Amino acid sequence: MSIRERLSGNEAVATAMKQINPDVVAAFPITPSTEIPQYFSSFVANGQVDTEFVAVESEHSAMSACIGASAAGARAMTATSSNGMSLMWEMLYIAASSRLPIVLNLVNRTVSGPLNIHNDHSDAMGARDAGWIQLFSETNQEAYDNAIMAVRIAEHKDVRLPVMVCQDGFITSHAIENIELIEDDKVKAFVGEYKAPWSLLDPAHPVACGPLDLQHFHYAHKRQQAEAMRNAKKVILEVSKEFEQMTGRKYELLEKYMMDDAEVAVVVLNSTAGTAKYVVNALRAKGIKAGLVKPRVFRPFPVEEIADALKNCKAVAVMDKADSLNAAGGPLFTETASAMLVRGVTGPKVINYIYGLGGTDVRTDDIETVYNRLLDIASTGNVGEVYNYLGI
Amino acid sequence: MSEKYEIVKPDVAWKDITEGGTIAQPGNSKQFKTGDWRSMMPVWHEEKCKQCLLCYPVCPDASVIVDKETGKMMGIDYEHCKGCGVCTKTCPFGAYDFVENQK
Amino acid sequence: MANLTEIRWHGRGGQGAKTAALLLADAAFNTGLYVQGFPEYGPERMGAPITAYNRISSERITVHSNIYEPDFVVVVDDSLINSVPVTKGLKETGAIIINTTKSPDEIREKLNGYKGKVCTIDARTISIDCLGKYFPNTPMLAAVIKVSGIMDENAFLADMEGSFKHKFAKKPEVIEGNMNALKRSMQEVKGL
Repeated sequence: MSIRERLSGNEAVATAMKQINPDVVAAFPITPSTEIPQYFSSFVANGQVDTEFVAVESEHSAMSACIGASAAGARAMTATSSNGMSLMWEMLYIAASSRLPIVLNLVNRTVSGPLNIHNDHSDAMGARDAGWIQLFSETNQEAYDNAIMAVRIAEHKDVRLPVMVCQDGFITSHAIENIELIEDDKVKAFVGEYKAPWSLLDPAHPVACGPLDLQHFHYAHKRQQAEAMRNAKKVILEVSKEFEQMTGRKYELLEKYMMDDAEVAVVVLNSTAGTAKYVVNALRAKGIKAGLVKPRVFRPFPVEEIADALKNCKAVAVMDKADSLNAAGGPLFTETASAMLVRGVTGPKVINYIYGLGGTDVRTDDIETVYNRLLDIASTGNVGEVYNYLGI
Repeated sequence: MSEKYEIVKPDVAWKDITEGGTIAQPGNSKQFKTGDWRSMMPVWHEEKCKQCLLCYPVCPDASVIVDKETGKMMGIDYEHCKGCGVCTKTCPFGAYDFVENQK
Repeated sequence: MANLTEIRWHGRGGQGAKTAALLLADAAFNTGLYVQGFPEYGPERMGAPITAYNRISSERITVHSNIYEPDFVVVVDDSLINSVPVTKGLKETGAIIINTTKSPDEIREKLNGYKGKVCTIDARTISIDCLGKYFPNTPMLAAVIKVSGIMDENAFLADMEGSFKHKFAKKPEVIEGNMNALKRSMQEVKGL
């Protein structure tokens, strides 16, 4: 029996961390993720976890401390947002290339500037090539579930990569909603004990990590990271299957909503997918064959799965809550479009909408205008402008 | 881990290299012979040496050989000495010559 | 989603409108409903107008946007009606609930022709009478339950009593005052 609760997204993630009881949490506060280390430090103070909590003086140090802890064989976690992750920047790459299974709970907030505390995905998208697995979460429930599964995915011997669990700042992080929690003992059994393959604190088996790694060696290590990222697809599905057996909640690489016969579809990440589901329901009630694809995993990118999901559509809009500022489209759009092309899916017309930057609210009406545009493209065949800003 | 991995060779296949570049056998720099980088070489004269051991800590390549039992300077490890000459500058007793390398 | 109720709260920073929205979400959650309770964050300043929202439904809620056409609007501080368009988008089948000493008719004149129900509650007097201090949230919450009918009143009172007993375990003497504030508010809300 699961536990019926109502929690904000930040409370949900902090609860997951409490149940996981990691060895080390090192974090620095930044809006809107501050509450995660705040709640977690109270769990530490109350003796509800055995974790060593490191109150560092910057996010660069937070990630550095996680790297040191993980290299010492500890299960290490942190949380941040926006410019906090910008300050972690160089250490993100080092965590990934050192193959350290750190979990970072990223509460998505726009990267300044202009200075702004609200949600978009420019922080996560900016780090998309850092070598981290990236999971996205529509709700507090998904953020909680992903945070638990992230541990198993990161630590799997065929993966051994850090994982970023994303949710929308304020929109889900600060909204109280219903959630089904898993009992402590079940989470404990699910995540198990972390057994690092090596440890800097094992004098019987000394190792050195993070050495100079020139030309061929560097290239070989990057090739290994690429392989681990490929392996991650299978491992994410395996871990998700096991999680489903425990909870009944099904997770894949992406969620297909009303896609079986969809003629027009939107591809969108995180909380806006929920708003779009409402619009899909309303359109379906009018007999319109609308559908939705919500990638749960952005890294590794589900190339085959996304192309397959969209192949029978007439028109597709990929919605990006971050712009690449490349005069061509956002990152989810360019990757979806290239996935379709390389998989030979050239039937659907594809357009891009940048939306909701800096926390600009996205209403059901806004999403309806996107579907209406798709219906127009589907009936006339006239694509028009590919790269669009929604509602501005 | 040290049992599991071999020394990484320059022509290693990508699948065989240790994950993340972790060095599973620390101390393996012994197997990297840097002696042939040398153009100048220190020559130690035992009879002038007072065993002050000032040359030992300054050597960047741990090439001043000190006997573990007696604690005495025994000579130079020419397999690893790169001929930087720091030992010759440090010696207060003129126990080192610094000369063109001889094979 | 025919049974979805959407509520918008207007208050001032520091008055507890966000807390009230979260309390309402809690109460609805405890009667078995699906809830959302969330503030609209801006620069956090004492006294600045702030907005918070509730969605309450018997079905899972997937929409994650602010609320533009609320069923009910709650105004925690009546001085806001001169500076904030509190009835904007408010459904005429719904109601606005205002904390004020004025009557519904006096308030209606200031609401730009809003034709729905205008309900008033003197949360200040009730709070000071029952609790000895100005805590508008407790009476406001009861007024919202009464006006909106989103949950059974007795179930609400029973649930609140349970949470007061938990919250005030170390000072049980305040439980009765809080319960009285809830009950009085339900009786005294005007304009139903």
